[in-house]
Amino acid sequence: MKATLDYILHLADNALILGQRNAEWCGHGPVLEQDIAISNISLDLIGQARSFYQYAAELKGSGTTEDDLAYLRDERQFLNILLVEQPKGDWAFTTLRQFLFSSYQQLLFQKLTTHADERLAAIAEKTLKEVNYHVRWSSEWVIRLGDGTEESRSRILNAIASIWTFTGEMFMSESFETASGIVVTELETSWREKIKTSFAEANIDAPDNTFMRSGGKKGIHSEHLGFILAEMQYLQRSYPGCEW
Amino acid sequence: MEKITDTIESIYEILGRVTDPEVHVLTILDLGIVRNVALKDDELIVTITSTYTGCPAMDMIAANIRMELAAAGYKNVRIEQSIRPAWTTDWMSEAGKEKLKEYGIAPPDKRFTIPEDGVGCPRCGSNNTRLVSEFGSTACKALYQCRDCHEPFDFFKCH
Repeated sequence: MKATLDYILHLADNALILGQRNAEWCGHGPVLEQDIAISNISLDLIGQARSFYQYAAELKGSGTTEDDLAYLRDERQFLNILLVEQPKGDWAFTTLRQFLFSSYQQLLFQKLTTHADERLAAIAEKTLKEVNYHVRWSSEWVIRLGDGTEESRSRILNAIASIWTFTGEMFMSESFETASGIVVTELETSWREKIKTSFAEANIDAPDNTFMRSGGKKGIHSEHLGFILAEMQYLQRSYPGCEW
Repeated sequence: MEKITDTIESIYEILGRVTDPEVHVLTILDLGIVRNVALKDDELIVTITSTYTGCPAMDMIAANIRMELAAAGYKNVRIEQSIRPAWTTDWMSEAGKEKLKEYGIAPPDKRFTIPEDGVGCPRCGSNNTRLVSEFGSTACKALYQCRDCHEPFDFFKCH
């Protein structure tokens, strides 16, 4: 029961934190259409997070709500991977992260659609339709930047260099995953193939595996998560139960 | 006493007055998001589904359903949300698609999901159009422009 709950929270936290990060672009995107695109992706991710939190809240019972789970847990209780909490960086960093993460989500949710837990399967089936858009949009950006100008290429290469150390955690099995019948290690080969294909179009080499940072799934986060939570949770902490 | 089927039918009529807060020409029945209506004892249960998971209009739609039903005398209403099967534009009514077109939004077309071109311009009817962005003013729409009359317009994505 604890493992199932933790697994759902892990899925929810990944979506919420990346949704919150991407939302920082709202009003700051490079052009209007792309500002709208990244904000739409944020909205999809927050929608995903809500579906997972609602399920987690029901499992937890005793009156727990989705808002309690999003707004009233502390850093150490968040089980998202480190990748999603890293600062938004420049446009290359943001689109690259989206591509790496959405490609992972796509493979994972394809698996989850046949999961024995029907509620999880239903959420995966629903959100997969949206994730497919995210993958296409972000892969196009990676190709455009990698195969673009000298400036855009140097930006995407810099983004790869700083982000790569956070990708390994997606494929490190945590006990709540194995207990839920999910073997993330199995996804790594297909994920690498997918990344390589788009990178090849952009004339970029996928880095060899280097040292991989981890800890997020255990609640041990980088310093960045605290700041996100401080901003996101401020209202509910200061005015508990406040509604719009 | 009224037969249950008649009651359910009249409830659908009431629901047909609730419109999408973002696209006012469409009713929630046109959109295909009302999945079920049931009467259980004194309680009326309306099951709806979201188009996209993050659709911010859902809470408002639920509130508007309550208001329309309350105005018709139904006070004891429960609104449930279902997610499976996942909503698809195939559930949108033909009448709804026509209304969209008249309103200036290109309706979803089964032939394509996100076509590079070929979406009919709702203003001049030309198929000589181009995709500007896969993401439009709401989660369910993409942005296009007509190459002939230059009208920028929304395309309701096939989903």
